[in-house]
Amino acid sequence: MVAQVVFYLLAALTVGSSMMVAFSRNIVYSTFALLGAFMGVVGIYILLAADFVAMVQLLVYVGGILVLTIFAVMLTQGIADVTVSNREVGVIPSLITVVILGAVMLFAVFHTPWQLGTPAAMSSTPTTYAIGNAFLGEYVLPFEVASLVLLAALVGAIVISRHETRE
Amino acid sequence: MGGGITLYHFLTLSLIIFSLGMYCVLTRRNAIGILMGVELILNSANINYLAFSFYGGHRYDGQIFAIFVIMLAAAEAVIGLAVVLAIYQNFKTIDVSATETLSG
Repeated sequence: MVAQVVFYLLAALTVGSSMMVAFSRNIVYSTFALLGAFMGVVGIYILLAADFVAMVQLLVYVGGILVLTIFAVMLTQGIADVTVSNREVGVIPSLITVVILGAVMLFAVFHTPWQLGTPAAMSSTPTTYAIGNAFLGEYVLPFEVASLVLLAALVGAIVISRHETRE
Repeated sequence: MGGGITLYHFLTLSLIIFSLGMYCVLTRRNAIGILMGVELILNSANINYLAFSFYGGHRYDGQIFAIFVIMLAAAEAVIGLAVVLAIYQNFKTIDVSATETLSG
């Protein structure tokens, strides 16, 4: 009962904030609504017994990506003047596309025979031990490649965004 | 989980967030708005990973994939915003329909 109430509260927060991100006319409001969406998703992760992923989401999304987005919004002046609607695509064709996509996925969700196991009982042991073991055991190659990806992103961002100065 | 919340609750929630993100990507002309839509889509994919990880026998593969997705989302946000700032320096706008130098 309590879990149900918590789930619906978190879902309402997430969906409401996402709707504001998608429909708000002012990009600054959208950016701050993104905070609500990310926080709601953090709650959903905790509800799914994924404490480590929830904390990673909090640190990376709220502490990193959101702050970066706010910086970009504030650095590009006149940003609120850009009209929302897209001339080439338009609102009605976008809505039709999204509704068709959503209907197809809804059908897939409710007509696929999912192989459900028994969900583990909620325990207070953290998941970090198992995740750390998996990262340095079974998943060590993707883990190391990920560090290379991050390095390439770092260097690429600096190369793309710096000012060209030639004497 | 007690309280009668099933896998379908989480899948439907993730479907709604995906649709909103898709709508955001399709309709925005503001480049940063498009990036925010992509973040919503990645979050909905992560909810799916964790829901399947929780209801499908509770192994940790889903959580590990979610962490990889978060890592790639961070890289994508950094590169995307760097590109947006470079566009802004060259065109003095981030309206994606104004940057059509390459269109035939």
